[in-house]
Amino acid sequence: MEAIILQVLNGLDKGSAYALIALGLTLIFGTLGVVNFAHGALFMLGAFCAVTLSRILTLSFETIDPTRTDFLGNPMTVHTPYVEAWFGEAVGGTIIDWAVPLAVIIAIPVMALIGVVMERGLIKHFYKRPHADQILVTFGLAIVIQEIVKAFYGANPIPTPAPEAFIGSFDIGQILGFDPYAIMYPYWRLVYFFFSAVIIAAVFAFLQFTTFGMVVRAGMADRETVGLLGIDIDRRFVIMFAIAAVVAGLAGVMYTPILSPNYHMGMDFLVLSFVVVVVGGMGSLGGAVAAGFLLGILQSFASMSQIIEALPGINQVVIYLVAVVVLLTRPRGLMGRKGVMED
Amino acid sequence: MGILEVNGVNKRFGGLQALGDVNLDVQEGTCHAIIGPNGAGKSTLLNCLVGKLAPDTGSVIFQGNPVLGRKPHEINQMGISRVFQTPEIFSDQTVLENVLIPCFARRDGSFRMHAYESVNDEGDILTQAEEMLEEVNMLSKKDMMASSLSRGDKRRLEMAMSLVQQPQLLLLDEPTAGMARADTNNTIALLKEIKEKRNITMVIIEHDMHVVFSLADRITVLAQGTPLVEDIPENIKGHPKVREAYLGEAQV
Amino acid sequence: MLGLNNADRKLFLIVVCLVAFAPFILNPFPDNVGMAQFNAGYPDLMQKLVIFGIFAIGYNILFGLTGYLSFGHAAFLGVGSYAGVWMMKLLTMNVVPALIVSVVVAGLFSLLIGYVSLRRTGIYFSILTLAFAQMCYSLAYSVLTPLTGGETGLTLSLNDPRVIGVTEVDGNIPVPHFFGLDMQSAVDLDVAGWSFTFSTGYYFAGVIMLVAFYMSVRLFRSPFGLMLRAIKSNQNRMSYTGLNARPYTLAAFVISGMYAGLAGGLMVAMDPLAGAERMLWTASGEVVLMTILGGAGTLIGPVLGAGVIAYLESIISTINDSILHSWFQALPDSLENFLVTILHPFVGHGWHLTLGLVFMGIVIFLPGGIVEGGRRIGNLFSRKKADDTETAPEPGE
Repeated sequence: MEAIILQVLNGLDKGSAYALIALGLTLIFGTLGVVNFAHGALFMLGAFCAVTLSRILTLSFETIDPTRTDFLGNPMTVHTPYVEAWFGEAVGGTIIDWAVPLAVIIAIPVMALIGVVMERGLIKHFYKRPHADQILVTFGLAIVIQEIVKAFYGANPIPTPAPEAFIGSFDIGQILGFDPYAIMYPYWRLVYFFFSAVIIAAVFAFLQFTTFGMVVRAGMADRETVGLLGIDIDRRFVIMFAIAAVVAGLAGVMYTPILSPNYHMGMDFLVLSFVVVVVGGMGSLGGAVAAGFLLGILQSFASMSQIIEALPGINQVVIYLVAVVVLLTRPRGLMGRKGVMED
Repeated sequence: MGILEVNGVNKRFGGLQALGDVNLDVQEGTCHAIIGPNGAGKSTLLNCLVGKLAPDTGSVIFQGNPVLGRKPHEINQMGISRVFQTPEIFSDQTVLENVLIPCFARRDGSFRMHAYESVNDEGDILTQAEEMLEEVNMLSKKDMMASSLSRGDKRRLEMAMSLVQQPQLLLLDEPTAGMARADTNNTIALLKEIKEKRNITMVIIEHDMHVVFSLADRITVLAQGTPLVEDIPENIKGHPKVREAYLGEAQV
Repeated sequence: MLGLNNADRKLFLIVVCLVAFAPFILNPFPDNVGMAQFNAGYPDLMQKLVIFGIFAIGYNILFGLTGYLSFGHAAFLGVGSYAGVWMMKLLTMNVVPALIVSVVVAGLFSLLIGYVSLRRTGIYFSILTLAFAQMCYSLAYSVLTPLTGGETGLTLSLNDPRVIGVTEVDGNIPVPHFFGLDMQSAVDLDVAGWSFTFSTGYYFAGVIMLVAFYMSVRLFRSPFGLMLRAIKSNQNRMSYTGLNARPYTLAAFVISGMYAGLAGGLMVAMDPLAGAERMLWTASGEVVLMTILGGAGTLIGPVLGAGVIAYLESIISTINDSILHSWFQALPDSLENFLVTILHPFVGHGWHLTLGLVFMGIVIFLPGGIVEGGRRIGNLFSRKKADDTETAPEPGE
């Protein structure tokens, strides 16, 4: 029982990331009819927003401290971050420590801007082109973004820790009445899960309760009719794209303490997120979220040592196997609707 | 016994009864028109005949063989050919290639891997295709891309693609929809010629009464998925039930 | 001759000449001048050019003709490589059994994957093939390590049985050969500053590429090829014309899978080593790029595309800052440094950035690829030469 709960929890954080990326992918599929292979790159860019902010915050100046000497007896140079100099050591230190959550604030405008530029500059011209062209051009874009990031930040993963307050684990088992230390769950993963839940809820609320969202949902159901109503779909497309970019970016920002960002993390997550979207059903937002969590948890179960012993390698392929089975038995995915992407 | 027998075909879409107990008996060599107001189930019926839709109950017999449960390409191989409302052609190919494809389909069946022979060495097939193009007055355009043809020419090309397979039954789905009067008359003339020369059985779905009364030997009136009347054209014109069904329709 | 029409025969002869004289064509600069780094006439690269040519020719049969965008073809190449190395471990260093088994195994794999993936079309098909390829890659990296060598890759060893060949030669692993013709041997020819290398392996692979190319020309002109193009054009019409599209697409998928297997087999015939990274989905993306860069659906396109990509990759990735500095040394220092800084991200390790930009540029501006571009330029300059053969002048080949 403990083991099962532990695996479910372990699957949650990966599942949250899948769900957030897949949500954006589905929004773009459903409204714009575009297959965006560069969506994973947005996730990666979000993660690098966090890296950049923490680098900016730790920018420091050098002073020579004559009271201290190194082992050769020379006076030591001390690096003091500007933030600490300006706000005092305590406040400055906290700001640096909280770089990742703070990055959420700057990631929102940055990612929205990237989204708008991407849509206006490139994707817009591909609405009427075949899906193959959309796939190819966004694939090329993904390579370009990834290589630019690599040129600036190098090829190695960059550890970006969570605030100190969230380091350590939470004994969920004890709360649920199991033995102490039976189910330990890192605080940050818990934070990530709740953060994702909030974003997902916000996106759904936005689509459910605003006029804008209503039009978007109508557009996902029947693009042509909405277009005929004379509603300015174009402007809404841009906003949808920006929202999808922000969602993917935030997923990336908050994921950095769990996985040190590297330039190819976008591609790694993208393939899986595509599978998630397909399993959930193209154009189904609920399906994308449900399938994201489902596959995250499934993957975590498949990584249990007992299961790997019985079926070696299953942890590597379980997601793909599920996708194949789902596509063959339920071509529209778990919650897919008729007529989306069926040409 | 007709060439095509439709017995008790039913089709529901959720709560909507699209086809209710449709019976049809098409005699060989005749042109049988199916008319009816919008939403009467004409297209649904046609889609059931070509295997695109599976009816819930009922049977369709073509030349003594059951049609239902077969795939569209198998039904075509039985000798049933379909002409679409908007011409469906291979737009990335030349006019000649468009006609060659059905020629190969007729000779080789639904799949055969001739990966090493050259199309240009298939003398018989080429002659056959060119003769067909000649018949529809399109031989001079044989090297044009099909996508660059006018709508009327696309219709003629599609007709040629169907006829070159020498089908026993030709299904026409509103062949003159959206056409100008002149084009409509040309199409009528073409269909008449085909009927006389080749003695092909036709089932035609049409809105335009001018077309229907110029071509049909028998007419079935469909309303709300059920056949109301079936008779020769003269008797249909003033039939009270037909007027009732079309009430509110501007066409008649 | 050869059952080809005039235009195709001309095209085929051009390709024959390109392959035959590649050691000269690709070595335009004498060894001692600075431009010599643009020479591509060394065996490794030339072998790569023709092998990727085969891969792209095969991929084009699927994507160019039927329009089915597979994102998993690298898996078949990888499987072919592994099969080839195993033949060399178990049977003999003669490359013939290795190649045959590579093709057969890749064919079986593509039959299996194609049978499942082709039940869907469009984007679903692309994602299914991607999923299968990633699955193969993950498995090759982890559980199948006994078969694939995992991270280190599959290599030959001195303990391999090689039941109908020899296990070792003078304490070394024997080299791959074609009935005694050593694949890694080469003849050098020095002519007044130039040095040309004629590698056995290259010519062996080149001849196989010519056969593969010839077969694809025949296929393009056949009724089968016509049917495949009809699928791309209008699959709905296809079934109402009495044709069953699925066996046609499956046949095209398996043929292209076998071409990929052949390419994989040839890779190990040149250098007996197989690794999982050949199956990665970016490798699949690369063959897509080669095909569209040259011109999908054209005969010569994939060959040109493969040539250009393989050439650019090996040339650009060897350029470093000092080479850049040497190019611009005539300029004022500040300008020199500026240009080097600008170009730096695009060369050396930044080769993938250039690749991505080329990829985007082609899809955006020239979806028809080099062939289309060549045709447009051709139309621009000489309108009297109206015969539209599918040839395009290409400096990279």
